[in-house]
This record gives sequence, C-alpha cells and structure tokens, in this order.
Amino acid sequence: MKTEFWNGNMAAARAAQRARVQSIAAYPITPQTHTVEYLAKFVADGELHARLTKVESEHSALSACVGASSVGARTFTASCSQGIALMSEVLFFAAGLRLPIVMAVSNRTLSVPVNIWSDHQDTLVNRDTGWIQLYAASVQEVYDLVFTAFKIAENADVLLPVIVAYDGFILSHASEPIVPISQEEADAFMPPPGQGTWPILDPDNPQQFGEVLFPEWYPDFEYKKHQALVGSLGIAAQVWREFGAITGRTLTPIDTWFCEDAELLFVGIGSMMQTTRAAVLGLRARGAKVGLVNIRSFRPFPEQELRQALAGAERVVVLDRDIGYGTTGMVYPDVLRALYALPQRPIALNMIIGTGGKEITPQTIERCFELGLEASGERTVLWPDARGPEEGIPYDESIQLPPAPQPGGCALNGGAG
Amino acid sequence: MVMKPKQVTCTEHLNPGNLACAACTEVLGFRHALKVLGPNTIAINGTGCLAVVMQMGVPKVPHFHVLFENAPAVISGIDDALKAMGKRDEVNLLVVAGDGGTADIGLSALSGAIERNQDFIYICFDNESYMNTGGQRSGTTPFGARTSTTPVGRAVQGEDRLPELRKDLMAIIAAHNIPYAASTSIAYPLDFMERVRKASTVRGPSYIHCHSPCPTGWSIESSRTVEVARLAVETGAVVLYEIENGERRLTQKIKKKRKPIREYLAPQGRFRHLLDDPEAIEHLQQVVDRGFAATLASMS
Repeated sequence: MKTEFWNGNMAAARAAQRARVQSIAAYPITPQTHTVEYLAKFVADGELHARLTKVESEHSALSACVGASSVGARTFTASCSQGIALMSEVLFFAAGLRLPIVMAVSNRTLSVPVNIWSDHQDTLVNRDTGWIQLYAASVQEVYDLVFTAFKIAENADVLLPVIVAYDGFILSHASEPIVPISQEEADAFMPPPGQGTWPILDPDNPQQFGEVLFPEWYPDFEYKKHQALVGSLGIAAQVWREFGAITGRTLTPIDTWFCEDAELLFVGIGSMMQTTRAAVLGLRARGAKVGLVNIRSFRPFPEQELRQALAGAERVVVLDRDIGYGTTGMVYPDVLRALYALPQRPIALNMIIGTGGKEITPQTIERCFELGLEASGERTVLWPDARGPEEGIPYDESIQLPPAPQPGGCALNGGAG
Repeated sequence: MVMKPKQVTCTEHLNPGNLACAACTEVLGFRHALKVLGPNTIAINGTGCLAVVMQMGVPKVPHFHVLFENAPAVISGIDDALKAMGKRDEVNLLVVAGDGGTADIGLSALSGAIERNQDFIYICFDNESYMNTGGQRSGTTPFGARTSTTPVGRAVQGEDRLPELRKDLMAIIAAHNIPYAASTSIAYPLDFMERVRKASTVRGPSYIHCHSPCPTGWSIESSRTVEVARLAVETGAVVLYEIENGERRLTQKIKKKRKPIREYLAPQGRFRHLLDDPEAIEHLQQVVDRGFAATLASMS
C-alpha cells in the first residue's frame, strides 16, 4: 500500500472500514467529530457497507452499539470527554454483557472550566469499567490499534469491548504519513464480520440477556470478567505479532527506550511519550542516563513487563496527563504496584503535566528530568507546568514559564537540546 | 375493529410462573402482545417491574433487559445491524417499558428512535408512577394521587402539579408524525391485541400506550385491577383511540352518559384522601371532562 497522509480521526475511520464494520453509532463531539463525518461519507459513497445510526446522544450511541453487537454485528463507535462521561453507565453495561465493541477516543479533558483540548482524564476515569484500554502514540498506531482491536475484542477468550485512545488535536487533527494495509491483507488477517461466537439475540435460540444475578453468584461473574481482561494481554500480543508479520509493525504492550543503563526512567501513555523520546535523545546527547517506557496497554495493565523494564532504575518519573483529585495521577498507582515487588525499589515520582491540552514540549520533559533528579522523594506528586507555591513553577508572575519552542526550532525528530 | 376471541392463539410465549404481584396488568399485556407477535420476536425491556419479574427465563422469545432509559437506542442498533446483515425481515422488534422509562428518563431516546424512522413497536405500560422502586410519582401521575414522593400531608395532599401539565404521551408521540400510535387499556384485551397487530404491519416506528392499573401501587384489591382499568375508560379518564398516518379514530364506543369520575377513584387507595372532599372530586371531574372533550375534538 502507498503511504497516506492522514490525521488520527481519518486513521481511526479508515481502520474501521478495513475491518468491515457493519454497524456504527456515534454522536459528534470535538475533537472526535471528523471520525463520524468520515464514516458517514464512506457509507454515502458506498465504500463501506455498514449502517450508521445517527443517534441523539452518546448514551444512545453506545446503547445502539450494544444492540448491534447483541445481534452479532461488528460494531464501532467514537467519542471523548463529556460524551464518554454521558455514556459511562453504558460502558459498564457493554463490558458486563461481554460485547466486542470497539470505540475510538480522541482524548479531551472534562468541563468545567470549558476546555476542548487533550488530556487523559476522560478515558482514565473510566479505567474500571471492564474495557480494554489501548493508548496510541502516533497516527500510525491509531490505525494499527483500531484495526487490530476488532480481532482482540472478538476473540472467544476475550469478548470484551476495547477503547483505542489517542490525544485530541495532537493526533486527531495532525496529519502524519501512515501506511494502511490492503483490503486483501485485512481480509486474510481478520475473520469475516458477523460470524462471531458470542451469544446473540436469536429467535431460533432464545436466550435472556441483562438479567439479575444474586449475590451468591455475583463474585464468580466478576472473577470471569476480570480474568478475561487479564488474559487479553497475551491474546493482544499474539494478534499484534500476526499483524506485524504482515506489516512489519509489531505492537507490544509496552515500548522501552534506553532502559538498560538508565538511572532515571520516564513512564507514561499517549503522544507525550513521543515528545519524551525526543527529549530523552537530547538529554542522552548531553550524557544524561535517562530512558522511557511507553505504556500502550493500560487495561489490562502489563505489570510483569513494566517491572522488568524498570528494574534497574534509581528514579522513576511517572508522567500523568490527568489527575485523580485528592491523590495522584491515575497511571502512577499501577506503576507503583509493578515496582513494589522489586528487591530494590527506586524513588518513584508522579508528575502531572499537560492537563487541558497545555503543550508538552521537550523543554517540559527536561524540566521534569531536573525535578526528578532533585526531588528527595518525600513529596511524590509534582506539577511541573502549573503555577503553584510548591511546584517547579513558583506562583510568581515575574518568573517566566519555560520558553515556548520557536516555530521550526522544536526538533521532535530527536535533535532537541 | 377488534380481534375476535377465536382469532387469539392458545399458544403461550411466556413460561408459567413469574415474580410479579398477583393481578399484575403489565405481565398480562406482555403476554397478550406476544400472542399477537409470535415467536419471531426480540423483546427489549427497559428497566422496570416487567424486566425484573421476567427474569429466570419466563419469556420464550429472546428477552434483553437493558438500562432504564436506553431501550429505544438499543433497538435502533438492533434494527440497523439486522438491516446491515440482511436479516431484518425475519423478526419483530418490540420494546416494552413503563411510564417512568418512557415519559421521563427515556423520552429523548424514544424521540430519537422515532425521528430516525427505526422499525420497531414500542409498548408503554402506564401505571402512572415508578412502581419498580416502590411507587414514586412520574410524569404521568394524575393530579391528586398519593405516591411515596407525593404523600398526603398537612400542607400538600398528593400530586399537586397543575393537571394540564401532566405528560400526555400520546400527544408527544403524535407530534413526531409517527405512522401508527394507539391508546389502549388492559381492560380491553381484544382491542389491545388488534392495535399490536396493526403496529406490527407498520414499516417504521409504532407506539402503543397501554393504561395498566397497578394493584400494589394504587392500593386496589387484586381482584379489581381490570375492573378499575375499565372504569377509567367508562368515566372518560382514559380514551381509546388510534392515530394512523395522521388519521385519528376512536377505537371504543363512547356511551352517551359517562360514569362519574368518583366511580373510578373510589376503588383506589391512592385517591382515598379525596373521596370525602366534594370540591376535590368536582375539580377532578372537570379535569377529566376537559381532557375527554379535547381528545374527542381532536378526532379526524
């Protein structure tokens, strides 16, 4: 296939098309809107033989997906932010019903203050709904993750819905060169749609869905759902290896960069880890022993893989583009859990950056690096890009923020200094 | 036109035994609807009493208890998915829900599904309050009725919002220019079944409103639920009619002399506090008279 120049929303829509989705229900919300518009155009042009249910809310969007999936259709939706907050009830419902719905999420923060820009608050607050959550760090990853998500979700040992999250605007609206797979390759890789093995509403084989389960049996049900989610990590890895054999791009639950000799390791999710990689290359050029781990599969959480990757570090800095109010960022506690079993535990810090779309530049990451080296570890949650009395940027208007990168001067290709 | 008794099948699509209160009219209505629609039906059940009492395999058709407010959205997804897969013609898609799920929490989902011309039959069993949670008022609770959230106290006695503001679901649905809608009552099963049959022939949305007294919530003797439902029609509190492609037609003969509203109210514990208050009864009579006249005047 020739290289295309697509934004993240187009990549998500094209990936769903390649997977031959049969049913789509979605409601527009910035910055996800293009995804729905693209899919509507594909259907209108006859390029995609699916029904697009143009619902009146996000709650109904996911509800319609539940209906479509419960009669066996391959089903796709997209949303973010307030939209996911509105459909939250249905997130639990879809996972409990074990329906393999795939949802693309162009991450955006939640009101109020009103803000349409990216952070991970919207998906992370829904981490415990029973969905698989995968985070893309590039447009190519958006495409690859959305496409492969259908095969992971519909695996008979998984049967769970999947969120593929990618940063709003940063990935949803920025175009990057990407290589799609051909329909022939896609059809050889993906089982035909509508042939799934999950229980469906069928008058020839009447079954009852969504019924009451009394306390005596409830834990057994929860255990099975949890085990399926845990077990999906290995199945995802297998699906991604098969995909890699076709495309040469093998995705993994985590990515590791310069972990072997690193004294300080960054850990995080999403596109900011690409920026972190650029900053790390710059810091390395100046002799700093620093590396990073990008978490692609946040649910299920790759605890073993992460522990192995972080084992040699003296300091671990978990970057959270979100905040669990009153405690820490939401990625941090899981990383701590991975570290806890290590014989020698590193100092583990949590840095809250880039909330509400505040730009994360290589300079932001360098600031995090400096703070990470200085910090005693007594205070664990730091806000390097917020103005506050105790943080990296004192609450003093006369003190300037780190300078914004000049146009053309911010080298995300690895040359940042 | 109504069905004739001999046209009603003896085949049952509900297994015997369920958890409903004795004399539950909602179960009766669901049973009658399935007799008409037959085994090639998928039933989507919004949360409510019916969803709870149907558990453990009572329906013989596929039965899906969804959330409180999303049954019309779920059935939209089913309708479109079956169309996409070329399987739509084979099956009746039915939603059953209560008045809380229809008039209040699920109204926007129902409005959206009708506006999109989804192909489904929606039956609302209206028992005029939230019975599954123990009888709280809903958007269809009538003026004066005692519920657990409109108690009879010293300052306020029962539901006190203006009677004109009670949600008229038939009017709301009719405003969507729906191809078919019918006001029915559990006391007229042959009429109800005929309306369901008609609804099943519509390509697109259809709506059946079924007045369904609740013996538990309304404090009626369980032997008298159907009788109370009939009294609602005979007093004019409920009018049976259908709207077919905009044509409005009464489906039950109106007797020249309607029974006084007191006869409908008296067997119901929820109105007991009003029975000794002639002024209140007269007020309710006027409310019913106005509503009855308006409905009759709206017929084509």
